[in-house]
Amino acid sequence: MASEDQSFRFDSVDAVRTRLAEVDYLSDEGIAGIVYLADRLQKPILVEGPAGTGKTQLAKSVAEITNSRLIRLQCYEGLDESKALYEWNYKKQLLRIQATKAEGDTAAWDEIEEDIFSDDFLLTRPLLEAIRAEDPVVLLIDEVDRVEVETEALLLEILSDYQVSIPELGTIEARQIPLVFLTSNNTRELSEALKRRCLFLHIDYPDMEREKRIVLTKVPGITESLADQVARIVRSIRQLELKKSPSVSETLDWARTLMLLGISTIDGDIAASTANILLKYQTDIAKAQKEFSNDNSSVAKAGLKG
Amino acid sequence: MTDAEVVTSGAPMLELLSGFIVELREAGLPVSLTEHLDAMEAITHIPLEDRSAFKYALAATLVKNNAHWRSFETVFEVYFSLRGREFAIGDGDGQELPQELQDQLDQMEGQGGDGQMNGAGGGDQMSAEELAEMLYQSLMRGDDAMMRAVARQSVKRFAGMEPGRPVGGTYYLYRTLRNLDLDGILERLMEQSREKSPETLSPLEERLEHDEYEHRINQLKQEIEAEIRRRLVADRGVEAMAKTLRKPLPEDIDFMHASREEMKMLRQAIYPLTRKLAVRLARKRRHGRKGPLDFRNTVRHSLSYGGVPAEPKFKYPRPHKPEIFVVADISGSVASFARFTLHLVYAIANQFSKVRAFVFIDGVDEVTRFFESTEDITEAIHRVNTEADVVWVDGHSDYGHAFEVFWSKWGKDIGPKTTVLILGDARNNYHSSQSWVVKEMQNRARHVYWLNPEPKSYWDTGDSIVGEYGTYCDGTFECRNMRQLEKFVDHLV
Repeated sequence: MASEDQSFRFDSVDAVRTRLAEVDYLSDEGIAGIVYLADRLQKPILVEGPAGTGKTQLAKSVAEITNSRLIRLQCYEGLDESKALYEWNYKKQLLRIQATKAEGDTAAWDEIEEDIFSDDFLLTRPLLEAIRAEDPVVLLIDEVDRVEVETEALLLEILSDYQVSIPELGTIEARQIPLVFLTSNNTRELSEALKRRCLFLHIDYPDMEREKRIVLTKVPGITESLADQVARIVRSIRQLELKKSPSVSETLDWARTLMLLGISTIDGDIAASTANILLKYQTDIAKAQKEFSNDNSSVAKAGLKG
Repeated sequence: MTDAEVVTSGAPMLELLSGFIVELREAGLPVSLTEHLDAMEAITHIPLEDRSAFKYALAATLVKNNAHWRSFETVFEVYFSLRGREFAIGDGDGQELPQELQDQLDQMEGQGGDGQMNGAGGGDQMSAEELAEMLYQSLMRGDDAMMRAVARQSVKRFAGMEPGRPVGGTYYLYRTLRNLDLDGILERLMEQSREKSPETLSPLEERLEHDEYEHRINQLKQEIEAEIRRRLVADRGVEAMAKTLRKPLPEDIDFMHASREEMKMLRQAIYPLTRKLAVRLARKRRHGRKGPLDFRNTVRHSLSYGGVPAEPKFKYPRPHKPEIFVVADISGSVASFARFTLHLVYAIANQFSKVRAFVFIDGVDEVTRFFESTEDITEAIHRVNTEADVVWVDGHSDYGHAFEVFWSKWGKDIGPKTTVLILGDARNNYHSSQSWVVKEMQNRARHVYWLNPEPKSYWDTGDSIVGEYGTYCDGTFECRNMRQLEKFVDHLV
């Protein structure tokens, strides 16, 4: 573990929030609060939520405001120790052995062994790199739900003790405690062991006000009224029963498209004709178009429901 | 701030937290000891008077599944609604004092109340019309503080809460909402925005306005609910209320007794569930390495090791893909159960070589065509409920007749690869059971399973004859909630 007098990255929850806002990441109370806690408790954050709500972006933004290097481990099925933690550079080891032979050097085997299992022959992979870094780092383990349950176990040692055990070298402890983010799209239940070690943060679609502010910051030149309309329409669409609701990034794409088309107010036809940017399934698009270009009957129906 | 002092002094806070966690566990949330410790550490870093930060700190350490959030929130509201003044008012901006709200209330009254009630004191003397007017105003402006004040007033006035009366919060909620006529107000709000806009609203604009107001009304409802909860807790104490208000986790909601709101939650929960299930099943397929040694392949690969079979290769087992026949009772009481099961089965349809669905009440109809014609399962199920021809005489469940017809029409399609799922409570209204059909099915099919949404203790009581059918099934399962259903589907594949 790192020394006790390690200074914390953030002073208060509000500080997190304002600093995130400075790099154009609009957080809400929950997000900022948990980032703050993670810093204080020195615990990783498990970020869960629908795709495209800014889970990965959060890690990037936090790295930016803390002036840290971002080390990213993209998870996929079949990820293993040698890709995630470390690997011995066996080619170099072979060369080393052969070189000894060629020189006719009669160095003791023990010596060679000690030599080839040293730092010089170790290839660090993201997790080890994060642990050994001297400078402040943010470690992002992206889409952790894609690895198999067995592989998850690889992460446990790092997440709880910030150390890596390499049989030949011993245990390597972190020089500084990195801020760790794990993201998950929730395609499977993560193991209890992993969850227990993390703080849990669910990032959902933002509420209307926040989405509007996000549009305003991320799409330069957009008018307040258009951003407002965009946010409101997206909220309405999310209330439909869809296969895939539009995410924040799709909202932004849509807003940018509207800007490019030079549209200042959205009417039903425009919404219907550009719905394919917000929605990715044909059935969803058809549903939204029906809702928006139809006459009042759909509204009346909605009224009955409510 | 005396309460805050007590809280920060340590021991009482820890005790309170322990009680809170015990209640969370009672509600079904899996909270481990380490998480408990984490929560205790987390709150030392958070200013206690900041209620929402406090809440998020607890949530981040204790709740590791988003579906459990609602249960957590309820327990939290109950537990911390009365603890100390700083927690007394809902939501993040809980800093204003009730007095301020009261003042605001008076002010609004001056503006809204047509002047006839000038100089009146607190909100108690307001007439019902004035309260309605205030409600309308607050909704129109989306003024949170005012909405909260109105919520308090209306609960005070309409809920008719009596101390010590052992009824749940929903009863009071119903009474309050009935008096507020929110539908009417929504109409009025819509009228008003139609008038206000210079030209007629396009359908899109109309819809947006409508959504906006609906959103605000939902907020109001939540305020009212919170207010009722606060009063109930004050009246009856935390532990008692936590028990009554306890909300089941989505996976524990009973299909047969789900409220409308819970139904909605179930519908939302089923999609991620099916996706998870599909991914898990697909993975199981890919990684099942239980096949016998593939000798040829092993020798082939041994060449690269100089003939040493260093890397044994295995035959991948050819997964057995069953054919599924779902035969579902869709009469009133069990309809929702059938709907969820159909949804689930179709969502993982690619795990089966063929899926056919039949529904019955006293007549029986094949509904596979609805699922084939559209990608949208929800729509297909909707069509099943509206278009399928399932009524023969009177629309009361008649398993016997339905089975008989099923057997004569489709019985020949059942083969040795087929797994038949029968869904229903087997409440046959004392008709003849015709259980020979099930027996025949069992002879021909690979498996016959019966899923019953009723609790096991109700089986074979009254007109339920699940036991009689059950003797011819390979298994009868109690399937009352998502958890049990998921477990069964897992077992099936």
